[in-house]
Amino acid sequence: MTDILAILRDYGLLLLVGQFPNGPMGGLAITIALSIGGIALAFPLGVVLALGRISRFAVLAWPATVVVYVARGVPLIMFIFWMYYFLPVATGRPVSGLTTMLVTLVVYQAAYIAEIVRAGIEGLPRGQMEASRSLGMSYLQTMRKVILPQALYNMVPTLLSQFISTIKETSLGYVIGVNELTFAANQINTTLLTKPFQVFAILAAIYFALCFSLTLMARQLERRISARRAGLGSQSGAATTPRPQIITE
Amino acid sequence: MGALDFSTILRGDHLASLGSSLVTMLELTALTWLLAMAVGIVLALIRMSPSVWLQRMVAVYVEYHQNVPMLVQIFLWYFGISTFLPKDVQQWLNRHGSEFFFAFISVGLAMGAYVSEALRSGIRSIAQSQIEAARALGLSYFQSFRLVVLPQALRIALPTLISHAVLLFKNTSLAMTIGVAELTYVTREIENESFRTVEIYLVATVIYLAFSLAIMSLGSSIERRARTPGR
Repeated sequence: MTDILAILRDYGLLLLVGQFPNGPMGGLAITIALSIGGIALAFPLGVVLALGRISRFAVLAWPATVVVYVARGVPLIMFIFWMYYFLPVATGRPVSGLTTMLVTLVVYQAAYIAEIVRAGIEGLPRGQMEASRSLGMSYLQTMRKVILPQALYNMVPTLLSQFISTIKETSLGYVIGVNELTFAANQINTTLLTKPFQVFAILAAIYFALCFSLTLMARQLERRISARRAGLGSQSGAATTPRPQIITE
Repeated sequence: MGALDFSTILRGDHLASLGSSLVTMLELTALTWLLAMAVGIVLALIRMSPSVWLQRMVAVYVEYHQNVPMLVQIFLWYFGISTFLPKDVQQWLNRHGSEFFFAFISVGLAMGAYVSEALRSGIRSIAQSQIEAARALGLSYFQSFRLVVLPQALRIALPTLISHAVLLFKNTSLAMTIGVAELTYVTREIENESFRTVEIYLVATVIYLAFSLAIMSLGSSIERRARTPGR
């Protein structure tokens, strides 16, 4: 226990913000920045992919389906290595580990978000689409004004757990030397050498505190939203609860 | 970049190490899956017990393993918890591939938490009256779990268990970070030696995708066959 306090005293700041302000930002700050950036950019891409997946046109449906299955079937670490190699080749200049990780997370998460959004859209009663089409709205108008607002509202808790997955996935940035939390802990472990258990227990505790509080928040939201839907349902002939079978690490 | 040339990597030493990495990957996946299923079933059984304290302990186990990155759990076991083992055990493990062992333990225990949650929601969807009926017919607590609850819960949980199996398979790639010579590790090795990056990455990606799709389609065929008529 005294070891853990000593490590926190000496290296706590390194875990939180890296070498900042005397050097580059790192640690937990980068972990959170990567997760927020990753999910924020992945979300619009995921919605587009979802619309592609449910499209009647094979030209749109096929590529979206391929992207989703490749992301679901290939480990994230392979994606990281692909991007690490591919991004500098494609752009013709060196790309930082941080950017590589961000791009990887965006592509990978977009595929998972697409499946969540698709389940949300398919969970709504068909009558919604039919009613608004017969009111004269176009397909895209219906999506934008009727279907997506409802589907996305119902999906908020699932999207929040996807955010938690993203936080956990940023730890893989370690393999390409992204200066995030896991990387910082490994640096400390290499410096100390004799306290591996204490260092990694602290690391696990930080991730746990962050992810578990978000998990509790997601559950709270889920209860509130399903209560509201149950209330709405008694008046308007209820949508079935969409429960996508999608789990990421 | 030039044309793709698979001839250098799919030959001799490279092909041999690729082959043995496949065996390692599949062994790790199979053993880890067995551990995860065993842990998951035991935890789900404990969660059904009337003792609130036992239920809470399982809840803590599940929350810890679901809210800490898999990579961090692997590091904690491999670098941290391993130091508390008796010296003899440590030496024996080091001689017999401790990397493989700790990857197996850490991924298996973590995925066990996910399996237990899937089973729990399966169990919760089975009417309490069924257990009461089974008990009234003279089955013991464990008999009614094994013969009445578990077969139904497994069926209901099957889609989730399949995506967990795929996830577990993908997570074995993280074992490369502690030096297990599985597919991703060997892919990096061959890349460093041959500089045929695109080719070897393509090979690895296709292998991963093929096995994942195989697990998914095997799963859905089991699902079709196991479906209870009328449900």
